[in-house]
Amino acid sequence: MDRLAFLLATGLARGLVIALFALSLVIIWRAARIVNFAQAAMATVAVYVAYAVVTWTGSYWLALVAAVVTGMLVGFAVERWLIRRVPRDNPLPGMIVAIGLVMILHSVIGILFGPRHVPMRAPFSREPLYVGDVAVLSPYDLFVLLLALGIVVALAVLFNRTTLGLQLRAAATAPEVSRLLGIRVPRMVTIGWMLSSAVAAVAVLLLIPTELGLNAHSADILFVHAFTVAVLGGLDSPVGAIVGGVAVGVLITLVTGFLGAGMAPIAVLALLTLVLLVRPGGIFAVKEARAA
Amino acid sequence: MSSTIPRLEIDGLTVAFGGLTALDDVSFTVGEAETVALIGPNGAGKTTVFNAVCALLRPRSGTIRINGEPAPSSTTGLSARKVSRTLQGLGLFESMSVVENLLVPLSSLDLGAEQRLGKARRTLARLGLAEHARSPVASLPYPERKRVALARALVTDPRLLLLDEPAGGLGSEDIDALAETVRGLAGQGCSVLLVEHHVDFVMEVADRVVVLDFGRVVACGTPDEVRHDPAVEAAYLGLEAAA
Ligand SMILES: Nc1ncnc2c1ncn2[C@@H]1O[C@H](COP(=O)(O)OP(=O)(O)O)[C@@H](O)[C@H]1O
Ligand SMILES: [Mg+2]
Repeated sequence: MDRLAFLLATGLARGLVIALFALSLVIIWRAARIVNFAQAAMATVAVYVAYAVVTWTGSYWLALVAAVVTGMLVGFAVERWLIRRVPRDNPLPGMIVAIGLVMILHSVIGILFGPRHVPMRAPFSREPLYVGDVAVLSPYDLFVLLLALGIVVALAVLFNRTTLGLQLRAAATAPEVSRLLGIRVPRMVTIGWMLSSAVAAVAVLLLIPTELGLNAHSADILFVHAFTVAVLGGLDSPVGAIVGGVAVGVLITLVTGFLGAGMAPIAVLALLTLVLLVRPGGIFAVKEARAA
Repeated sequence: MSSTIPRLEIDGLTVAFGGLTALDDVSFTVGEAETVALIGPNGAGKTTVFNAVCALLRPRSGTIRINGEPAPSSTTGLSARKVSRTLQGLGLFESMSVVENLLVPLSSLDLGAEQRLGKARRTLARLGLAEHARSPVASLPYPERKRVALARALVTDPRLLLLDEPAGGLGSEDIDALAETVRGLAGQGCSVLLVEHHVDFVMEVADRVVVLDFGRVVACGTPDEVRHDPAVEAAYLGLEAAA
């Protein structure tokens, strides 16, 4: 039982990182109807900048800010100078450009930093805290949990309680109608990319201390898990991304803890297959026609 | 009419989609506080006129003037010129609440949050939708949703309102209420360009009628004049009667 409590708490923190990344995929999907296969590589670039900042200044908090700002800039640049020029009458060109971008970003990172994993320390201890003599989560996991929840709440407020959020939702669900109502739809798409990249960058920044270190491919598995989650939850559903992220995080942690790390990918695949068989549109898929 | 400059002036408008000439040298005006109906069979080019006025497409030739000035070249210029439009379908944000739908067009205006909400609530009250303000649009029956679409066009206090088949799918009671709303707009100085198939409704609310057929204006006049025009009977009313 003690072990279960520990795994659940750790899984929750891990799951929220997946949830954040899945949320970032949902934000882009809603804004631009694109599954951004370059999301992990773009976020990794932002985290390399954060790594440089923490190396120079020694401040994790400045690095966190740097990850967010760089994430936004990368999102802006990719949307304005790349994706916007890609034909949009079918989804293939966008995907191909994204995959090409992944290759370019991986190469650039490789040239600048080499193939090694650079260590990035957590701002808080990763040793578990004890309640009585039961190990629960570590201070770092607690930090991850609180920051991820904070971001989720902030995004919910942004999208549901602010004028910008209203415009973002309008442009996402009915771009043509929104244009007629005076919404600057292209600007909303850019903002969607910026928000999404920043959220993804934070997710990867939170992930790195729990991994081997930072490397061009550090976020690849996170992307696979988050993509699975986004499909499970329905690409249009932020709630689905969060619930699915936590579920997959807990599943991975439990399977790793009880059956061994080798079983975790199989468990995720089994879950994906099961959900796609039962609800091909995703668990939280909404039947919302997107007007042209 | 107190002013000689028409609210909307369309002159020699020609629009082509590839080889198809959807509008061919179309000219007509809508005066201040005037209600003009644009009628014609399906595919005549009525919605295309709206799209041209709203800068959704680039005409091959011709000019469109609003209050004597060239119409905006981008949709983002419409609200400043006080032009609103409804769509042929509903065109609502189905996942939003009723009041949120009205807040969208207000969001790009230079107003405080309180003012926006106030405007939205007043418009909803005016159209008998106050009790539905917080309801998700998707939960409302069709006639109410149709009214929400009208409310969303009215909430910005347009001086020129383009209504694309506002009576489509409505029963006679709802059409009567709609007619009263449209007539009331003239009293507030709003000009209306109306596309509608429902002949009785058109005859009741329109000051003038412009008849389009295959992208050309085939008749133009008061409802009575147009009703008895043989070209119109051939192009449109005959079709209606036969249908
Ligand atoms: N975006 C478009 N591309 C190609 N053809 C179009 C487009 N919009 C309208 N058309 C064509 O132009 C003609 C007029 O259409 P429309 O203005 O929608 O007619 P109405 O509203 O009078 O029924 C039709 O033949 C229609 O098929
Ligand atoms: Mg039409």
